[in-house]
Amino acid sequence: MTERKRASPFRTAMRRLLHHRLFILGCVLFGIVLFVAIAAPLIARVDPNKLAMRAKFRPPGADFIFGTDNFGRSLWSRVVWGARLSVLIGGAVVAINAVLGTAIGAAAGYFRHLDNGLMRINDALMAFPAVLLAIAVTAVLGPSVNDVIIALAIVYTPRTARIVRSSVIVLREMEYVQAARAAGAGHWRILRHHILPNAMAPLIVQLSFLFAYAVLTEATLSFLGVGAVPPTPTWGNIMAEGRQYMTDAPWIITIPGAALMITVLGLNLLGDGLRDVLDPRLRIQQ
Amino acid sequence: MGAILVRRLAGAVPILLIVSLITFGMIHLIPGDPAVAIAGMSATAEQVANIRRDLGLDQPLLSQLFDWYANLLRGDLGRSLLLGQPVVQATMLRLPVTLALSAYALVLTLLIGLVSGVIAALRQNTWIDQVAMVLAMLGISLPSFYIGLLMIILFAVDLRWLPTGGYVAFTADPIGWLATSTMPAVSLALLLAGLLARITRSTMLEVLRQDYIRTARAKGLPNRTVVVKHALANALIPIVTVVGIIVSLLISGSVVVETLFSIPGIGQLLTQAVLNRDYPMVQGGLLITTALLVLVNIGVDVCYAMLDPRVRYDRT
Repeated sequence: MTERKRASPFRTAMRRLLHHRLFILGCVLFGIVLFVAIAAPLIARVDPNKLAMRAKFRPPGADFIFGTDNFGRSLWSRVVWGARLSVLIGGAVVAINAVLGTAIGAAAGYFRHLDNGLMRINDALMAFPAVLLAIAVTAVLGPSVNDVIIALAIVYTPRTARIVRSSVIVLREMEYVQAARAAGAGHWRILRHHILPNAMAPLIVQLSFLFAYAVLTEATLSFLGVGAVPPTPTWGNIMAEGRQYMTDAPWIITIPGAALMITVLGLNLLGDGLRDVLDPRLRIQQ
Repeated sequence: MGAILVRRLAGAVPILLIVSLITFGMIHLIPGDPAVAIAGMSATAEQVANIRRDLGLDQPLLSQLFDWYANLLRGDLGRSLLLGQPVVQATMLRLPVTLALSAYALVLTLLIGLVSGVIAALRQNTWIDQVAMVLAMLGISLPSFYIGLLMIILFAVDLRWLPTGGYVAFTADPIGWLATSTMPAVSLALLLAGLLARITRSTMLEVLRQDYIRTARAKGLPNRTVVVKHALANALIPIVTVVGIIVSLLISGSVVVETLFSIPGIGQLLTQAVLNRDYPMVQGGLLITTALLVLVNIGVDVCYAMLDPRVRYDRT
């Protein structure tokens, strides 16, 4: 009797993702932003902070593709380098969340005696309105890119930890985990080989949305003047500076705003696609 | 119902205790000497010493913690360094502004989100559904301050229909309030309406597949009755739980919108406090806002229990 070879779950997921049109659109949009961020030194050679007072308020055109701002700085350079900062901050927050959120969530979900204490602190951090907590943390730490990353990690890690904990609590009681325990496997081995690989799907989905939240919140902090200090070319900073000139030079606001929207839209579409394929329980029905 | 309320209030106590502990600890996490950070680089040694004494920073940490909780129980969260008035008073003066704006935005969110979500579900896989979901996706991808800026350019600068900013209290002039609050409320509501529309559509589709809907249709009930009395009434129950999240997002969103439109609410108060290193105001404002949100969430949970008998019967 011949047994049909079963496709690996990874290949099945990849095949379904490649047929998900909105996921592909999300990949394309975010791929463009990622490319721009990585290639910034090559595609925007002009220093984003280089002043050229004679060229201020130039509208988008042949000389300056995105125009210039109130100090004659090239908006193309500033938006491109802004993409680099957004991707850097979003990526760093996601990386910290992936490590810390998984560690806290796994510890709370797996070790029952830790659950109550860890989750009460988690709940308390989640009770704060996200932007207000981020503002308060940057007020304490100071306004720099690194401090914004720490602030956003503090705000969003509890949300990731909760999702990992939910998965771990269910997986902990599975028969195959109990079998591994009966066979003498240690806690670390059970967590690493049997529980965490199966808790990855909701985590990956959460992290893709988290990237979008981090980029949005960072832009909000910069816009309010409590993020990275000007003239750091974050999209929020560019828009905050452009606010005073929005009647005469609206491109200073509309272009970085559009870049921000494309990034967040791409990440949201990507997250939707990942959720539909990897975590179908949460699917927005098609 | 009373039991659920008591249980939820009891559950909120440890959370509020930790929240207050975190807010207390904030000032001590400032790198270096907090008194120097508050006073600023140009302050004299005497000014720094005054701030240290006024804020009790010269006391041992445990004594400061004891004083913090003793004052908290008396409703005293210290004085704002910037405004010179008690933090509680400053917050309470601004609270009605933020609440009025949030309530307006919540009404818009519910109207736009629920209606478009229900229509998208009823017209599943048609162009109406697709347009509604594309708009919802755009809504959740647009930052509220960007929508606000675009609206200012269009409606205030170009068309001159609405003022660019400022605030008029509803009690003083309802029309003026509507004029000054509409753009901020819409820019807050669009993001949340997108979120709500997606959830409403999903929940409605789930409910429309249930056997009791098929039974209602088989009985020959008119479509409107099936949709409104059978489907929507049940779909609304899980949606109620989202309202707590929406209120939290509204408060978060109001920070940036109030600053953008120069609205004197809590969001603007806290942003100014952060920019001016007014830490007692930051601590107090954050604590009061979070405590209010915890109470809102308890209210939402109780409403959920009232609407869904399964929650009531599941209390053991």
